[in-house]
Amino acid sequence: MYSEKVLEHFKNPRNVGEIKDADGVGTVGNPVCGDMMTMYIKVKDDRIADIKFKTYGCGAAIATSSMTTELAKGKTVDEALEITRQSVADALEGLPPVKMHCSNLAADALHEAIMDYKKRREAKR
Amino acid sequence: MKAYMDYGSGAPVDPRVLREMLPYFTDHFGNPSSFHSYGFTALRAINRARGQVADLIGADPQEIVFTSGATEANNLALTGMAPRLAKKGNRIVVSAIEHISLINIAKDLSRQGFDIQYAPVDGDGVILLDKLAELVDDRTVIVSVMAANGEIGTIQPIEEAAAIAHRHGALFHTDATAALGKIPLNPAWQGVDLMTLSSNDIYGPKGVGALYLRKGLRPKPLIIGGGQEQGMRSGTENTPGIVGFGEAAELAKAEMPAEAERLTKLRDRLIEGLLTIPESHLNGHPTRRTPNNANVRFSYIEGESLILSLDEVGVQASTGSACAAKTLEPSHCLLATGLKPEDAHGSLAFTLGKDNNSEQVEYLIRQLPGIVKRLRAMSPITPEELR
Repeated sequence: MYSEKVLEHFKNPRNVGEIKDADGVGTVGNPVCGDMMTMYIKVKDDRIADIKFKTYGCGAAIATSSMTTELAKGKTVDEALEITRQSVADALEGLPPVKMHCSNLAADALHEAIMDYKKRREAKR
Repeated sequence: MKAYMDYGSGAPVDPRVLREMLPYFTDHFGNPSSFHSYGFTALRAINRARGQVADLIGADPQEIVFTSGATEANNLALTGMAPRLAKKGNRIVVSAIEHISLINIAKDLSRQGFDIQYAPVDGDGVILLDKLAELVDDRTVIVSVMAANGEIGTIQPIEEAAAIAHRHGALFHTDATAALGKIPLNPAWQGVDLMTLSSNDIYGPKGVGALYLRKGLRPKPLIIGGGQEQGMRSGTENTPGIVGFGEAAELAKAEMPAEAERLTKLRDRLIEGLLTIPESHLNGHPTRRTPNNANVRFSYIEGESLILSLDEVGVQASTGSACAAKTLEPSHCLLATGLKPEDAHGSLAFTLGKDNNSEQVEYLIRQLPGIVKRLRAMSPITPEELR
């Protein structure tokens, strides 16, 4: 069973889509397991100015993606790195135990996207 | 609109059944073992129900043992019978698409030293009889093949499977949970020695089922106590539940032919409508399937999010996706038909029932394409042309 908050984010997910000229992109999961997500970030003055996601997966996968984008938007990239699976789950008023590991991947996707951004920035210097 | 289409998971009790049950909660509460009028009233009701259930499958009332449901009946059939036959051998052959309760019983028996073999199925979920024949040997004690699969609806050739078992002196068990009240069953004619029956699937109450045991078979009881149910299932009888199961069986027998015909039409229209969605495929056999079952899979999306989305528009269904399972594995039944996990995740199972009508089916056919499109648009793996 899901919390009201999870269902609300599943019904009305925030920030769905792609950013064509993203500064960082992170993908985690795979279709074999049933969950896969890609996060796109646009960074301005070291802050996440825009963030979008695409997710294949269950209700928890979609809701955690949506919540992660909400938590990350406007934060500096280093602040955003402090977003964890647990903080996403807490913000959603909890997830069923079985979903904590399989579907709660959005924070990982965000971290991947930030690492990708940092790598690209290094390469430019 | 409300359109509950998950009757295989849980069904309402028929109001006519409930009416028969109610007095046994309040007025006729006696213990069927008691030697006074309260006990006699309860015992008469149980005996009547035993006759009604037996009648649905052409059995003798003495061949029916009431249980707490299909899971317990499956346990009694396998775990109860296997030790009785230990002298003959220790091999048990079950189909690869048995209900999870039976699969887990088989695994448990394997840990106890039984040699468990799984008979494969073809792409439509029909058991491969030649493979079954290869697996059944003279040391085989039980062969178990379900009468029909509850998830993909495929009806199994149980008469042929039973003949294979009997050629080697093995008992034949069939889990008829998904078949009861949907297709005709007759263990004596079909060569079935043990048959699992469930009440809720025919609009009786939950918490009641039965095991048909051909005369003379005596499993080792799983529940020891006061010796009720000929000593095969102790514990004071659940009189209201058993009365409900009996009434439901009588109604199922009277109404099955017409209801099966009505549901088959709804099912076929539903499948036809769903398959107009791009990249959708039927799971299970196109014609050898129970009248109530439609199971379709959609590429690039995951079944649990389909179910949640359908629930928002008033339709309830099931999925074989790992994401909706306690085990985090996709349905073993879909995998047994040869589907890859990523395809099994996108499956959607509808099990129709007595309150469904063509308006609901048409409503679903109108609603689902938009839901599939929305989820595909959100998915990172959908080809551009499907978004």
